[in-house]
Amino acid sequence: MITPAHYMILSAALFVIGMIGVLVRRNIIIIFMSIELMLNAVNINLVAFSSQLQNAVGQVFAIFVICVAAAEAAVGLGIILAVYRNKETVNIDEMNLMRW
Amino acid sequence: MGEAIAFYTLSALILLFAILVISVRNTVHSVLFLVANFLFVAALYVLLGAQFLAMIQVLVYAGGIVVLYLFVVMLVKLKQPETHRDPQRRSRLGLALALAVLAEFVVIALYGFVTPAPAGAARPTDAALAVHNVQEIGWALYTDFLVPFEVASILLLVAMIGAIVLARRGM
Repeated sequence: MITPAHYMILSAALFVIGMIGVLVRRNIIIIFMSIELMLNAVNINLVAFSSQLQNAVGQVFAIFVICVAAAEAAVGLGIILAVYRNKETVNIDEMNLMRW
Repeated sequence: MGEAIAFYTLSALILLFAILVISVRNTVHSVLFLVANFLFVAALYVLLGAQFLAMIQVLVYAGGIVVLYLFVVMLVKLKQPETHRDPQRRSRLGLALALAVLAEFVVIALYGFVTPAPAGAARPTDAALAVHNVQEIGWALYTDFLVPFEVASILLLVAMIGAIVLARRGM
């Protein structure tokens, strides 16, 4: 019997993998993909509870999360291109212009 | 039994491809593993009876967002992506923090396993939501969530304009 707790553990594991990617990798494109993994983990949780409670609201929230993820990807990749045009790099350790 | 086999297989594949996404050196391979990961998550949605969301996942994530990533990966020059190291960087601390969060999640989940569910939380037996999935979502989206729906459309418009402005030459 697969309970929502199983889905929660899967979602937590996926979220932590995305978090490790954000914290450890230095390629900014990989970091953006890790953020997508984390958003996916949240969506799995929402859909699992929607299925458990037989209520469509969880799936509606998942659609909103996908919508925000699409907006985030478009703007973020635009920023990556703008930074790359100025600094010729996608390594976040070299993007230290605004550091004090 | 079949549900359990499908769940464990899909979970293993999802986690495997997620680890590959963040661990391989070649960024193009990373994007392709991300596509596989999204497709298996869509299969998991089908298992959960959310067919409409599975279609959205395939169309928007695997079809749209990943193509955007591939375009950017092709546009930027990835000679040696991660050669330069910042001496102030604390990668080990980041890894330790992530593992601490994992431990916290596992403790919460184990607590959920140990504590019996409250009486009102029993799983309803009828599969009405799975059968009328699109109808249910459409009903909720256009009645209770009409204002957030319109705000989301404005968000997408702003993101589109913002992306065009940011990627324009001379910025």
